[in-house]
Amino acid sequence: MLRIINGEVYDPLNGVNGEVRDVCAADGKIVSEAPDGKVIDAQGMVVMPGGIEFHAHVAGGKVNAGRKMRPEDHREMAIPRTPLTRSGVGHTVPSTFATGYHFAQLGYTTVMEAAGPPLGARHVHEELNDIPILDKGFFVLMGNNYFVLKFIAEGDFARLKDYVAWLLEATGGYAIKIVNPAGVDTWKWGRNVNSLDDPADTFPVTPRQIVVNLARVQQELGLPHTIHVHCNNLGVPGNAQITLQTMQAVGDLPIHVTHAQFNGYGGTGWGDFHSGAPELAAYVNEHKNVTVDMGQVVFGPVTTMTADGPWQYRLYQLSGHKWVNCDVEMETSAGIVPYRFSKRNAVNAVQWAVGLELALLIEDPWRVFLTTDHPNGGPFHAYPDIIKLLLDRDHRAEVLEGVHRGAQKRSSLKDLHREYSLFEIAIITRAGPARALGLRQKGHLGPGADADIAIYSKAADPKEMFARPRYVIKAGEIVAQDGRIVQDKPGRTFYVAPGYDRQIESAIRDDFEKYYTVSFENYPVQFDHYLPHRVAVSCVRE
Amino acid sequence: MQIDHVVCAFCGCVCDDLTVTLEDGRVTGVKQACALGRAWLLGHSAEADQPPALIDGQPASLEEAVEVAAQILSQARYPLIYGLSSTYCEAQRQAVALADLLGATIDCCTSVCHGPSGIAMQVVGEPTCTLGEVKNRADLLIYWGSNPAESHPLHFARYAVTPKGLFIPRGRKDRTVVLVDVRPTASARAADIFLQIKPGRDFECLWALRALIRGLDLEESAVADTGLTLAQLQDLAGRMKSCRFGVLFVGQGLTQSRGKQMNTAAAFMLVRDLYAHTKFAVIPMRGHGNVTGIDNVLSWQTGYPFGVNFSRGYPRFNPGEFTAVDVLGRGEADAALIVASDPVATLPRVAARRLAQIPTVALDTHGSETTKVARVVITTAPAGISAEGTIYRMDNVPLRLRKFLPSPYPSDEEVLGRIVERVTQLRARN
Repeated sequence: MLRIINGEVYDPLNGVNGEVRDVCAADGKIVSEAPDGKVIDAQGMVVMPGGIEFHAHVAGGKVNAGRKMRPEDHREMAIPRTPLTRSGVGHTVPSTFATGYHFAQLGYTTVMEAAGPPLGARHVHEELNDIPILDKGFFVLMGNNYFVLKFIAEGDFARLKDYVAWLLEATGGYAIKIVNPAGVDTWKWGRNVNSLDDPADTFPVTPRQIVVNLARVQQELGLPHTIHVHCNNLGVPGNAQITLQTMQAVGDLPIHVTHAQFNGYGGTGWGDFHSGAPELAAYVNEHKNVTVDMGQVVFGPVTTMTADGPWQYRLYQLSGHKWVNCDVEMETSAGIVPYRFSKRNAVNAVQWAVGLELALLIEDPWRVFLTTDHPNGGPFHAYPDIIKLLLDRDHRAEVLEGVHRGAQKRSSLKDLHREYSLFEIAIITRAGPARALGLRQKGHLGPGADADIAIYSKAADPKEMFARPRYVIKAGEIVAQDGRIVQDKPGRTFYVAPGYDRQIESAIRDDFEKYYTVSFENYPVQFDHYLPHRVAVSCVRE
Repeated sequence: MQIDHVVCAFCGCVCDDLTVTLEDGRVTGVKQACALGRAWLLGHSAEADQPPALIDGQPASLEEAVEVAAQILSQARYPLIYGLSSTYCEAQRQAVALADLLGATIDCCTSVCHGPSGIAMQVVGEPTCTLGEVKNRADLLIYWGSNPAESHPLHFARYAVTPKGLFIPRGRKDRTVVLVDVRPTASARAADIFLQIKPGRDFECLWALRALIRGLDLEESAVADTGLTLAQLQDLAGRMKSCRFGVLFVGQGLTQSRGKQMNTAAAFMLVRDLYAHTKFAVIPMRGHGNVTGIDNVLSWQTGYPFGVNFSRGYPRFNPGEFTAVDVLGRGEADAALIVASDPVATLPRVAARRLAQIPTVALDTHGSETTKVARVVITTAPAGISAEGTIYRMDNVPLRLRKFLPSPYPSDEEVLGRIVERVTQLRARN
């Protein structure tokens, strides 16, 4: 049992805004009272639910290829072994143990892997299982999947729905991820799409049809998280238009537009490249069915990695850096290119501004989440820097002065004077992501919630405050103290099992056996082995 | 009893549609396997036919062997852990945990097969795909320094040459197959075009192809050393540019001949250049069953795919410094743990000799040249027959090996786990 007393509590899901009150935990859960057990005196400290990483690339084949290809990255950060913890390396593509410790040291207790190919699901889980401390889950790439395209082309919505449900169970996945719908399918012949109505190659279905159908599937299956969409034309000038059209296409259906920064640009080329954030924010402000995450750029080295094969190739052409591409049969692709965001580069400066503009222009903090699309926009350990930029407008203005003038001329950032409150920070880093993910036991400190808690000293410098929590508590036990890991234990994996008509297996078996190179029987992951500590999150059909 | 959809752990093909027949606790029949897979699977039995362990050549119990192994490893100043390509990922994870605990050097067979492919990837990246993409799309296949007919016997039929695919409706008829090698190997029979290059001239050939694909004019004299004529190279370059989806399979003929990582980097860059014209992929023909798995496990746990050293308490990578041949050849390693591999039979003599000089612990399913010189030998259950776990196909597709035959021997994972536990106790005491 554990009792945290005298702390200033920020628990937005329960409407608690900085009140001094006790937080108690027993048996891994928040309880209303804990008469005995350890007491933490949080006088002068801020108490929040554990942070929830909403979208990061931390586990699976693509991430591991990124590690493998970047020995130069790892030399930036060595994490020695201790009697309690394993050794590892950083920096933009940390090893699994380092990933878990690092997140925990920042007060984060849950992480969602943003994109896993179904064929590589075992690999995703193997790595998730080697990420200590954190609870996790993964989003399953579906926007260019052969059967998804096929059932949409055939107009067979019932089978599409069953297939999605089957695939989520076969992979132990958590949500529907869509990356450059139709575009990745055409990339398998070296091409791309550039409008919502350009067809895929394998079946003549459009990005619009893919997004709309999967959005309906998500609703009808009652999946806890909405479709999670990486829009077409990512990274390209003028792409805010297709992002808007994607949001418009789903109408009132719930949609999450991920790393919106990378899809929030105006202009017709690099010459007139400018921010498209005001347009996107205006749409989000008017439409409660839409959520976004920032995908904030952090100046310095990054490792870009997405399932968006054609974009990664384009980035290779732009940058000339080393480039990995991997096309995955029947399902998806992936690309990786190291990159460096420079303060002195006009485009990079605008990109940096766009993420902040989104956070500042979207009025409802419940619908915009703090991410860097780690490790694409920047490494997750830059979160304290970003929090400081949101909390402190003077600091923001100072940083803006130090970057390329383009950020002032081609974005609205210099005119934005909003400052986040600690309450709002707690929303965009914990309560909001928990709600958007449908994880009811996460992101708050009400009785019955998982006792995942971060306690920060109130420092004058919010970067310092958020970089080194005094205590981090996972499932009721202290795991990190003053930046040191004091307990290393495995976390759990969230998955969904929406249920499906078993007929779907015979409907897909024939094509599966013809075009995959693994046996149908060997495709689904074995839950006992790959999700040893698992939690099913229930689906509520409407 | 018949077991279907068995996953074969023998080579990098990791075929997963074998049927195995068991009679009286013995594998008596194997269907859908190649000669190599069949020979490996047949004859395994549930009975004990060797002692559980040997210490100094004398039969010993597992407990005694674990104790001696833990003592040897924890007393060593610069221990080496090597092999791991023929075991499954859960065991490999224990081996990396042990290396971390000991501050050891850990290396896998990659460093003597496709290490140069890994280094090339670190230099230029790697445009690749899974084998299903080859089956479904590839109309041009080029094998370079690779002889799948003998090393990966079902590769042609399952993945690449003969199968019909989504966009390859007529199978073999829709594909052109090119073999580039220094001699006509058994694989030449499967090829439409065989190009015999001079030994040690791979880099020059690949570089000439890059030039031709970029539209540069070459003189005949510029390619005189390659063993090929300019016309042959022009023909190949033309095919590469005009195919719809080409795949270059690179073998050890490229990685282990003069030029090594320069050769593979040239091959990877050649494939990258072809994106200006068409879609292309490169796939290293990884050999041992789960050598791709140990690359992956090492990468996610340490950041590096092979040749990793923990002596400073955190992982460091330096091929040539922390690779097994070098650590042994220079006489640095003072104890070794060999798992599921036979380095005495395969490494250069000076490295093999060192393994006989230092206390070596070997875990294997059967006797080998290495177990003959090892101070401690522990018999373990064969992966994919009597031990289950994860295996990665050469294209990084993970599959689950199953256990269908009981074994009197413990798994690699269990033995390594016990050594980790014992070393942890010994460390805590000191």
